[in-house]
Amino acid sequence: MGYVFDYSWLADYWGVLLKGVLVTAELTLVGATLGVSLGVACAWARSLGPRWLKPIVATYVELIRNTPFLIQLFFIFFGLPSLGVQMSEIQAALLAMVINLGAYSCEIVRAGIQATGQGQFEAGWSLGMTRFETFRYVVLIPALQKIWPALSSQIVIVMLGSAVVSQIAAEDLSFAANFIQSRTFRAFESYIVATLIYLALAILLRQLLRGVGFVLFPRRSGR
Amino acid sequence: MIEFSNWDILRNLLLAARWTVVLSLVSFVGGGIVGLGLLFMRISRSRWPRLFAGAYVELFQGTPLLMQLFLAFFGLALFGINVPAWLAAGVALILWTAAFLAEIWRGCVESIAKGQWEASASLGMGRMQQMRYVVLPQAMKIAIPPTVGFSVQVVKGTSLTSIIGFVELSKAGTIVTNATFLPFTVYGYVALIYFVLCFPLSKSSQYLERKLNVAHRNH
Repeated sequence: MGYVFDYSWLADYWGVLLKGVLVTAELTLVGATLGVSLGVACAWARSLGPRWLKPIVATYVELIRNTPFLIQLFFIFFGLPSLGVQMSEIQAALLAMVINLGAYSCEIVRAGIQATGQGQFEAGWSLGMTRFETFRYVVLIPALQKIWPALSSQIVIVMLGSAVVSQIAAEDLSFAANFIQSRTFRAFESYIVATLIYLALAILLRQLLRGVGFVLFPRRSGR
Repeated sequence: MIEFSNWDILRNLLLAARWTVVLSLVSFVGGGIVGLGLLFMRISRSRWPRLFAGAYVELFQGTPLLMQLFLAFFGLALFGINVPAWLAAGVALILWTAAFLAEIWRGCVESIAKGQWEASASLGMGRMQQMRYVVLPQAMKIAIPPTVGFSVQVVKGTSLTSIIGFVELSKAGTIVTNATFLPFTVYGYVALIYFVLCFPLSKSSQYLERKLNVAHRNH
C-alpha cells in the first residue's frame, strides 16, 4: 500500500469540522427533546387515549418504523414542497428526526407504561385524580425510569442516523467531511476524522443521558 | 415533456428493489457468519479475543453507517483496488450487521442460566461441547425474534448505499424523481415498497416474541 496519510489539512479545516459538530449537536439535542415529547404523547394516546386516536397513532408508528430514515427525509424535503410546504434544510432535517424518534420512543415508552402495574392507576383514581393526572403524576416517571436505558440507546441511534441529513445539504458533521474531502482530495482521512468525532459524540451523549437519568429519577436510581 | 404513468414509475422502482433485496440477503447472511465468529470471541475465556470483539462492536455501533460506507468505499481504494459501489456496500453492511447481531446474540447466550453451564461442565463436557449441545440450542430459541427484528434494520440500512452510488430502491427513487419531477409520488412509492418489505418482518418478529413468551409462561 503505497499511500501516505496526510492530516495537514486539519490545521486549515478544523473550524469547518467544529461548525459541523455544533450543527449535529444542536439537531440531536432539539430533535431528542421534541422527539421524546412526541413519543410520550403518542404512548399516552396509544395506551390510554381515546379509542379513535389509537389506530391513527399505530399507523404512524408502523409507517415510520418500517421505512428508511433517508426516504422519510427525502419525502419531507423534496416531496412536501409540492403540497406547498416549504422549509429549510435544517428544518426538514429536524422534522424528520422528530418524526422518526417520535415513532420509536412511542413504542419504548408504551412498554414502560404497560410494565407499570394496574394497581398504580387504580391507586391514582381512588385518590380522586383524573385519568390524565394519574398518568402525569403517578405513572409517567416510573415508566420512563424503567425504559430510560432503551430510550437512551434510541437517541444515540438517531444522532448517528442524522449523518444522513448531509444528503439534503444540511450542514452537519458529515456535510463538513464531504466538504473537506472535496477541497483537499483527502477522502479517507477526512471521513476517518469525522467517524472518530461521531464515536466521541456517541460516548459523550451516552454519559450525558445517564446523567439526565440520575437527575430525572433521583430517589429511585439506587434500585 | 414526456408523460410518465404511475406504472412506468412503479415498474422501474420494483426492478431496482430487487437489488435492495439481494443486498439485504447478502448482508444478513454474511453478517450472521461474521457475527457468529464475533460472538465466540466475545464469550471466549481468553482476554484478547474478548477485548477485540468488544472494541469491534463499540466501534461499529458508535459510528454512523454512512461513515462506515464512505470509509469502505475510499478505504478499499487505498489498497489500489478499483472499488465498485456494490463491493463497498456489501463489505460495510456485512461488518455493520455482524456487530449488531453479535451483540444481540451475546445477550441471548448470557441469559442462559449459569446452572446450565455448570451442569454440562459436571458432565465432563468441554467448552465447545457445552456451546454446541447445551447453550446454543436454548439461546437460539430466544435469539430468533430479535434477529428477525434486526433484519428490518438491515433492509432499511441498505438505503444508505444509494449515497455511495449503488443503484437500489432509494437511488432509483432519486433517478426517477429527476426524470419525472414528481418527488411526492415517487418517494411515496419508494416508502411503500420498503414498507411492504419490512412490515411482514416486523410483524413476524412480534409474533415470534409473543409465541415464545407463552411457551415460557407454561413452564
